[in-house]
Amino acid sequence: MDRIKEFASTFFVTGDPLIYGADVAIVATMAAVVFVLTYFKKWTWLWREWLTTVDHKRIGIMYVVASLLMLFRGGVDALLMRTQLAVPNNQFLQPEHYNEIFTTHGVIMILFMAMPLMFGLFNLVVPLQIGARDVAFPFLNSLSFWLFFFGAMLFNVSFVIGGSPNAGWLAYPPLSEKMFNPGVGQDFYIWGIQISGIGSLMTGINFIVTILKMRAPGMKLMKMPMFTWSVLSSCLTIIMAFPILTVTLALLFIDRYLGAHFFTLDAGGNPMMYINLIWMWGHPEVYIVVLPAFGIMSEIVSTFSRKRLFGYKSMVFALMCISVFSFFTWAHHFFTMGSGADVNAFFAVTTMIIAIPTGVKVFNWVFTMYRGRISFPTPMLWVMGFILCFVVGGMTGVMLSVAPADFQFHNSYFLIAHFHQVLIGGVAFAYFAALTYWWPKVFGFKLNEKLGKWAFWFWNVGFYICFMPQYVLGLMGMTRRISHYGWDTGWWELNLVSTVGGFLMGIAFLFQVWQIMHSIKFMERDATGDPWDGRTLEWSLPSPVPHYNFAVVPTVDSRDAWWEEKLRRERGEAPAPQPKLEPIHMPKNSGIPIIMALCWFVAGFGFVFDWLWMAIPGLVGVAVCMLVYSFSYKTDYYIPVDEIERTEAAARGAV
Amino acid sequence: MNLARGFRRMLAALSLAGFAALMSGCTDRMIVLNPKGVVGRHQLDLIVITTILCLVVIVPVIVMAFVFAWRYRSRNGGKADYRPDWEHNSKLETVWWGIPIVIIAILAAITVRYSHLLEPSRPLESEAEPLVIQVTSLDYKWLFQYPEQGIATVNYVEFPAGVPVRFELTSDAPMNSFWIPQLGGQIYTMSGMAMKLNLMADEPGTYMGSGANFSGEDFAKMRFDARAVTEKEFDHWVEQIKATAPALTDQGYDELARPGAMGTQDYSSIPEGLFDRIVNKYAHGAGHSHGGAAQAETDTDPDLGNQHDMDDMAGMSGMEHHH
Repeated sequence: MDRIKEFASTFFVTGDPLIYGADVAIVATMAAVVFVLTYFKKWTWLWREWLTTVDHKRIGIMYVVASLLMLFRGGVDALLMRTQLAVPNNQFLQPEHYNEIFTTHGVIMILFMAMPLMFGLFNLVVPLQIGARDVAFPFLNSLSFWLFFFGAMLFNVSFVIGGSPNAGWLAYPPLSEKMFNPGVGQDFYIWGIQISGIGSLMTGINFIVTILKMRAPGMKLMKMPMFTWSVLSSCLTIIMAFPILTVTLALLFIDRYLGAHFFTLDAGGNPMMYINLIWMWGHPEVYIVVLPAFGIMSEIVSTFSRKRLFGYKSMVFALMCISVFSFFTWAHHFFTMGSGADVNAFFAVTTMIIAIPTGVKVFNWVFTMYRGRISFPTPMLWVMGFILCFVVGGMTGVMLSVAPADFQFHNSYFLIAHFHQVLIGGVAFAYFAALTYWWPKVFGFKLNEKLGKWAFWFWNVGFYICFMPQYVLGLMGMTRRISHYGWDTGWWELNLVSTVGGFLMGIAFLFQVWQIMHSIKFMERDATGDPWDGRTLEWSLPSPVPHYNFAVVPTVDSRDAWWEEKLRRERGEAPAPQPKLEPIHMPKNSGIPIIMALCWFVAGFGFVFDWLWMAIPGLVGVAVCMLVYSFSYKTDYYIPVDEIERTEAAARGAV
Repeated sequence: MNLARGFRRMLAALSLAGFAALMSGCTDRMIVLNPKGVVGRHQLDLIVITTILCLVVIVPVIVMAFVFAWRYRSRNGGKADYRPDWEHNSKLETVWWGIPIVIIAILAAITVRYSHLLEPSRPLESEAEPLVIQVTSLDYKWLFQYPEQGIATVNYVEFPAGVPVRFELTSDAPMNSFWIPQLGGQIYTMSGMAMKLNLMADEPGTYMGSGANFSGEDFAKMRFDARAVTEKEFDHWVEQIKATAPALTDQGYDELARPGAMGTQDYSSIPEGLFDRIVNKYAHGAGHSHGGAAQAETDTDPDLGNQHDMDDMAGMSGMEHHH
């Protein structure tokens, strides 16, 4: 009995009322979910329609839902930190707790919020934009999602079991090594990211192949919609960058688990090696999430200006430049580690060079609006918010890139303000724009405009109130990651202001949740399938899109294919004769991805606690899943013509 | 739109109020913008130059974005030009590839020049001989040793104004970063290496210093005062410490190195070669030291047989430690 008690006291995180509150909330939520599913007899539905689906649209929806949940958790982390920093010498959080919170905030926001939201948008939009019926590898797509999901869950479990990681979002050694970090938190970090990282890499491969091989006939590369281009550049960056992350974390794991010394000084390792490696992934990673944002901006600005995107070729060239140059800037994250003047100068200049194509893109958006006929529903408002915020964030980025000046910015709140400005103002604003823009395509109804505008203004006002003071705090010498500061520093007024801004963004999030709830309840069905008067192929389909996407694969002869088609119809030109419907070849659903990812979760959990009796069966399960899938031959089926006709009639009947 | 207008007004009012508060209260507290040393002054110049160069581009962009958004709004009733097929103009596009290229080229040239000028290991120009202070970041405190004076302090550092100070920095704990904003930018402290940072204070004063890089639980307590005094005061201060403070022994150092935060402390003497031993601690610890681990600059390092390996490592991390 005592042994069980002792085990439980180290296994479960104890001692903090916040944690107990979370324990109760987690158990209650899970019980509620199980109850609802059982009561309404929805288990089979859930399994058949969602958990085993290989449909890119449903996988996209699951990515979005999961990422919004993670946005909630990451956001709560942020508000806890801001509460702690609101006044000097605050006792709200102890240092060890604060250190865990900023670590999980960073990891969750980048890897488990921004990345899956991005993958969700890839899934929801890309196949429809290029006239494909699914992605190139639908089974792999489902596996990617479940690996992300269980990786994220493994990471989040550390909140209540074992203890959270606390060495910062990039886990620099030696602090992340066994010597200074003997607990399991760091192992949760390694395995959570490793498992979801495999999924990210596979998604990258999947979308590259999809975009290169599955475009509708006639859609030359230079006729692709700009969002698809941005996804291609982002995925190319993924497949180059993510293997570096996998190797780096594997080496850190070997250090911790087998006592190797890759990143410890004794026995000849070197922490600098880790710092170089992690940023060789880490810097491209921020471009991975921001490149699709550029694509989103391009689509929305052109749609709501009712005008072709200005400078298409420049845009493509700029995207590809950024994708390549993002691999030559990593050392700008540690100008102050004594790399010497020549190395610093080199990386400073490569960093500045990225500002050139980025600047060109902004010019092109602005000139897309020039002589347009611009309307301002919520997605376009986000574009305006994005341009202002991102341009200023870009400017402070250039300031940071000047290596000798960075000696005064590094590790300070100036830096914190900068990267939040580009990640919130750049990435998050763009993704919110994308969600409201493509929402009617996915669900068949628009989100409520009024609540959306409230959310927009709260986000924007909150953002500036939160982060503008942080630039000043950086110039006042306030450094990042400190859990408290004294009255003598003179930092508290601006910290208080910043906290107020943080909570305004929290309210903005609530408005978004309300907006979604309200819209689900009081929605007006969009019967047109094209509520924004769109330009690209996805708007030619009914909403929500039938599961085979295109009854007949379209032939494309221009960039804004759907817009041109609409113009032709307006001019009264006879539409091209529709070819006869043919049976559609589709992939079958599969339960293997979720089971395999669950096995990874079990294996990862076993490695975290060094329980080989658990890790080995987990890995065996993974191998068995692979074998079973290798020998299953009935993975596809055909939709007969009469079913297509019926579905189309029902979907178009609404038109 | 009423809602939007209301918010815009609120935003304008708030930002004006915020700006006023900043102008009145914070300017002297923005210590990065108020440097008291030659390095910090150069860095401020750079910050100002960069800001101006960037504003040259971004102000017109922002203005254009909002002017176009207003002028070509559809609610204008279609009075403005509408050219839905206008998608390319070589002249314009050349201009806006050109402008950022020119600006970045100027900025790059400035950056390269200043990178060499402000390389932290480069001695500062001065008639006075530099004072050497050896800095060690510990869990969660700073140890400052004065090898020439033979004294040491914890959590505060004192030196004469107008005399260049050559900080040699290492760590006996997870890496940290040594930053005195008003004198000049920071440099990391890392085990197994002796980094160099040259700073000089223009005038006497007490300047805030901090451990800028997260190094574990109590790192927020690693702030310290950097006191610049007159040479006379400095000499007097050294004598006083020699006369009154206890000695730092090897054993005393080991106790100091244990994790924990503390206040300030003085020591009247330091063990011979302590700093070099700290730098080399991990290189010798495991018995099979390679170049990477022995990446240390020490005059008394017995391991100099590894010179070749060390050169390789210097190439990788760019450490300038062979003179």
